[in-house]
Amino acid sequence: MRPALDAALEVVSAVLLLTGAAFCLLGAVGLVRFPDIPTRLHASSKAQTLGVLLTLVGAAVRVSFPYAGLLLLIALFQLFTVPVAGQVIGRVAYRTGAVDPNTLTIDELADRLASPDAEASADPDDTGTGTDEGGDAGGVDGGRAG
Amino acid sequence: MSAVGVVALALLSAAALLVLVRLVRGPRVLDRIVAVEVLVTLVLAGICVAIAVWRYTMFVPVLIVLALLGFIGAMTAARLVEEREDLR
Repeated sequence: MRPALDAALEVVSAVLLLTGAAFCLLGAVGLVRFPDIPTRLHASSKAQTLGVLLTLVGAAVRVSFPYAGLLLLIALFQLFTVPVAGQVIGRVAYRTGAVDPNTLTIDELADRLASPDAEASADPDDTGTGTDEGGDAGGVDGGRAG
Repeated sequence: MSAVGVVALALLSAAALLVLVRLVRGPRVLDRIVAVEVLVTLVLAGICVAIAVWRYTMFVPVLIVLALLGFIGAMTAARLVEEREDLR
């Protein structure tokens, strides 16, 4: 039972590792060949992430329990963080003029920015004029702890 | 299994070379940020291959640090590009 299980897990892990590495290579090819930032983000955040997820699972089926749990946790973390990073980079690309409007089929953000209440809805987390200006270089508030 | 590891690492190395091409030629800073993020991800995948094939379980904490660092670094660099007009 146990040797047979190990052999089966070895085959599964080999398949997962090879497909994961192949997807990573595909993502790198897309990163080189695509013409502008949104399409490169597409390659890096989909093909690349699928490749690294398959590789993580392929490593998780080969190691003992605590390490396997940690590896699956890292995979979950990738699933949470990659969309956030991709969205932030794409938004910065749009706002700094790196995205050619002619390549966009639907441009909802331009409508949002052009609407009358753009100040309220366009960028909720833009600090604008920083809250720290005003020259209070000391920054000591007396330390009244208690 | 060792042959599988060698082949997978060869694929990942080819991918890293392609990403380096983009990192050198990327016309904007944002392209290079994306390329560096992908490079960190490729290193993560390579360490995964080493863990699976040669049982290097002592590198699992390195994976956690790399995952955190790639995410935070990419977001921080993107926000810096948004703030500073000489980087666009």
